[in-house]
Amino acid sequence: MTLWWIGDFVLLLVVLPVVVWLLSGVLREARAIVPSIAQIRDAARAGSKDLDAAPLLLTTQDQVIKTVEGVADYGGSLDVILDDA
Amino acid sequence: MPAAGVVLIATIVAIVLVLVVYLVATTLALRTIATGLNETIAAVGEIIEKSGPVNDVVTTINQHLDAAVDALEGLLVKKAGLDDAVGLVDGLYPGAAADGLRNFEESRNVTPPRIGEVYTKGTLTLARLGREAPIAAASPSGPALRNTTSGSLAARQLYPEVRQTRPERMPRSPVIGTDAPAQYEPSPEPGVRRRMPGNGEPTTERTTSADAGAV
Repeated sequence: MTLWWIGDFVLLLVVLPVVVWLLSGVLREARAIVPSIAQIRDAARAGSKDLDAAPLLLTTQDQVIKTVEGVADYGGSLDVILDDA
Repeated sequence: MPAAGVVLIATIVAIVLVLVVYLVATTLALRTIATGLNETIAAVGEIIEKSGPVNDVVTTINQHLDAAVDALEGLLVKKAGLDDAVGLVDGLYPGAAADGLRNFEESRNVTPPRIGEVYTKGTLTLARLGREAPIAAASPSGPALRNTTSGSLAARQLYPEVRQTRPERMPRSPVIGTDAPAQYEPSPEPGVRRRMPGNGEPTTERTTSADAGAV
């Protein structure tokens, strides 16, 4: 009978506090991750939204090609008009 | 049942209850984390999808711009010579001569002539705009830049001004101020000078006072 009581006290005074301490640590760390995940999610959404203008690069590309062609034509004319150094 | 057995059962039940409470709370937190990660993965997927063609487009743009820069540098060096080209670039963008021209390694060793002091600011502005500069209009067959070290007179003579020809007699300076007999130069038409001082020829040059803002 004494051993039963010793086992009860061990369970009640040692095992239970240790279980509570371990589980509370796991829960605390899991809850600490949640705000970080929310920040990462918001940053990813913002980054995705910022890239909505990426298709405009195609327009920029076309404009650059046209501008460079104009510059090339202008330079060709200057090459004819002006004497070399 | 002995009292020790009851206490044992009660302790085990308490431990199980604690386990349930904490594990349920942990499960909820992990579910929130999983939901957030799923949304993050979706957003990152959108980023990858949207940024996919950017590299090719930007590379193409850079290739075209590089080709334009190469062509313009070559044209500038061909027409103005390496020294004057470096001087012109340094006049437009002070300090740029230290980097030199991209396709002319020897340009880094060139001491840029002080073209900015020979060309007026307006001429440099015209050159920057790509329009024909007056200095080239007056002497199109001559070198683009001349006597860059002390050639202010050569550049100045390219601009129309009567005093540059050093006439023997110049008209006396007019009396100006509130006591002047004529407050304004008489003219048959507003803004048109009756004659240019020094040569007596009529001219249609508009005076600065003819500007609406100056009146």
